[in-house]
Amino acid sequence: MVRVLAFARLRELLGFGERHVGVADGTTADAMWSRLAQDVPQLAALRASTRFARNGALVDGAAVLHEGDELALLPPVGGG
Amino acid sequence: MIGLSAQPLDPEALVRAVKTESHGAVVSFLGTTRATSPGDPRPVAALEYEAYETMAVAEMETIAREVQDRFGPLGIAMVHRTGRVALGEPSVAVVVAAPHRGAAFDACRYAIDALKSRVAVWKREIYRDGDAAWIANTAP
Repeated sequence: MVRVLAFARLRELLGFGERHVGVADGTTADAMWSRLAQDVPQLAALRASTRFARNGALVDGAAVLHEGDELALLPPVGGG
Repeated sequence: MIGLSAQPLDPEALVRAVKTESHGAVVSFLGTTRATSPGDPRPVAALEYEAYETMAVAEMETIAREVQDRFGPLGIAMVHRTGRVALGEPSVAVVVAAPHRGAAFDACRYAIDALKSRVAVWKREIYRDGDAAWIANTAP
């Protein structure tokens, strides 16, 4: 299982802030995104502005996920 | 003092936390919530902030180290609100205490600019009509 975290607009669109998703070991962040986007068509337009963090560190879409990893989906930040 | 707070910010407490007798200058930046949105004509009633806490705090600590390396030695406090922030209230505070004002101003500016572009915090404008929208920072 991979623990997927979603924030802000992505959290609202996906309908969860945290969810455990079962995927084959070695699935990429991009593949996880595509899987989530199957159920939420609005995600397609947001891929370019979304960044991924694996276990708290920014990674690109080719990053490989393993059992127990955390993948965070990060929209453009808006602090301040 | 680096981190997030769900409670109202206390800038005076941050000044007391960073200032020592070796500092001759303290620069405080407060970001406060505004009634007008840059991208929406509707009046804003409040702002709401959400954070990815572990990444946000780690990045704020990284920024504090960068500030120390570039402008130090100095004292720095950086706290960002989470949750609902009423109009006119501070949503972020950066306080820098340094031996002289030049470093204090430069460090404070660097820290708030870096925070706004890099720290995992998101802002939602809640309009008086009840609608709401997530607002991203524009690139510096």
